Amino acid sequence: MNQLNEQKLPKAPSRIKHYLTFILILFLLWGSAYQTGSTFNELIEGFPNMFSVLDEMIPPNWAYFDNIIQAMLDTIRMAVLGTTIGAVIAIPFALFSASNMMKSTWIFYPVRFILNLVRTIPELLLAAIFVAIFGLGPLPGIFALGIFSTGIIAKLTYEAIEGIDKGPLESMTAVGANKIQWITFSVVPQVAAYYVSYVLYSFEINIRAAAILGLVGAGGIGEYYDRTLGFLEYDKVSTIIIFTLVVVLIIDYISTKLRENLL
Amino acid sequence: MIEFKNVSKVYPNGTQGLKDINVTIEKGEFVVIVGLSGAGKSTFLRSINRLHEITSGEIIIDGSSITEAKGRDLRIARRDIGMIFQSFNLVKRSTVLRNVLSGRVGYHSTLRTVLGLFPKEDVNLAFNALERVNIVEKAYTRSDQLSGGQQQRVSIARALAQEAKIILADEPVASLDPLTTKQVMDNLQKINQELGITTVVNLHFIDIARQYATRIIGLQAGEVVFDGPVEEATDERFSEIYGRPLETREDEEVGASANESAE
Repeated sequence: MNQLNEQKLPKAPSRIKHYLTFILILFLLWGSAYQTGSTFNELIEGFPNMFSVLDEMIPPNWAYFDNIIQAMLDTIRMAVLGTTIGAVIAIPFALFSASNMMKSTWIFYPVRFILNLVRTIPELLLAAIFVAIFGLGPLPGIFALGIFSTGIIAKLTYEAIEGIDKGPLESMTAVGANKIQWITFSVVPQVAAYYVSYVLYSFEINIRAAAILGLVGAGGIGEYYDRTLGFLEYDKVSTIIIFTLVVVLIIDYISTKLRENLL
Repeated sequence: MIEFKNVSKVYPNGTQGLKDINVTIEKGEFVVIVGLSGAGKSTFLRSINRLHEITSGEIIIDGSSITEAKGRDLRIARRDIGMIFQSFNLVKRSTVLRNVLSGRVGYHSTLRTVLGLFPKEDVNLAFNALERVNIVEKAYTRSDQLSGGQQQRVSIARALAQEAKIILADEPVASLDPLTTKQVMDNLQKINQELGITTVVNLHFIDIARQYATRIIGLQAGEVVFDGPVEEATDERFSEIYGRPLETREDEEVGASANESAE
């Protein structure tokens, strides 16, 4: 390469930004570890305990299965009810959040804000609050799941609504439909499949969430985790874990298959 | 009868869409609006059923002002005006019959239409409309399984089921091939002649306009630059007005499809 050519070549952009980013991340990692007091020493020291717990877990106590089947069914029922409540409440929220349904920013921004707020609250915290209000049992769990899934379903659905073909909206306006007719004939057919898919997706999440809600006394299989862990009955714990795993896998599989066929 | 009285439209960005238009369209006329892209054809047509709002002047349909109408009055006025779009604007996931029936929503209560309880007469009306455009055998087919020409005929059937007194067609054949163009235009002409429905069509091609229209209105930069019977709409006359002859269907090159949306 001769002198002249070299002068014409553009200068490579400075890499200093990348190095600074790397240093910043390292600093954050070190800071987090330091502030929480976690060290590699502790990890190494605790490591053998992992095997002793695993050792106690095997073989699982299969006889315990009979005791927890009712609680597992309760967990599934909680998820079913919670998802249904969420699915129903999500419909108006989704419609009021979509900018192509509500022309005024004064409507859809506040509604979206409420949705965002709801989604920031972990379902375990919601359940704990509802336990304080309604007492122990599956009912607070169901409410917690209902609110939690409202957030998910409404958010996904309103995004689907905003993505629909606006041609049918225009033609329904042109035939003189009122707002409700307009929604029924041009929006619903376009988003129904997505909505059902999101409800199923939320059901999958709720099954997993319902399995731990018992930790705060909100019913379901989680209560048995709490109980058996408390008594250090690891063979029973492993039975619950395996059972939960199987149920979640089966429901995920069915739900995924259904959703594939929907869209 | 459609009367434009000093109608002007200025877009928020300052573009003059329509400029002091005074036009009267008599009952039963087959009017074709021609002009170059961006001449205001679409704005003209869409201001008749107020899919676009005008900024000044008044549009009067059969003696009552649509530009003054609000709420229910506007919906009833729109119910009497069928509209056909370039992109058909059918709900693709719904059946042909449901799309045609959606033209009837303005005649019934919200509850009845939301539940899909259309009376027997309406269903008959829908079937008759489909028969008229020769597509009745597709009544229970999902709309997205039809070809473009078939979808456009369904949208004509929707306007018929609406029992519209006026049919507006915004570039109805711009996305169709010559053969289906002929079918769709023949359908519109037959309906105009047999049922006496006032028909206003936007067309990009002057040769098709001459073939079907009883009267041609030429627009340029939002102004009426030609208004007269087909015999007067000669090539020489249009060359004079536009400085070049208007496009004919034969001139159209592959991929250069007319699109008014940039207006």
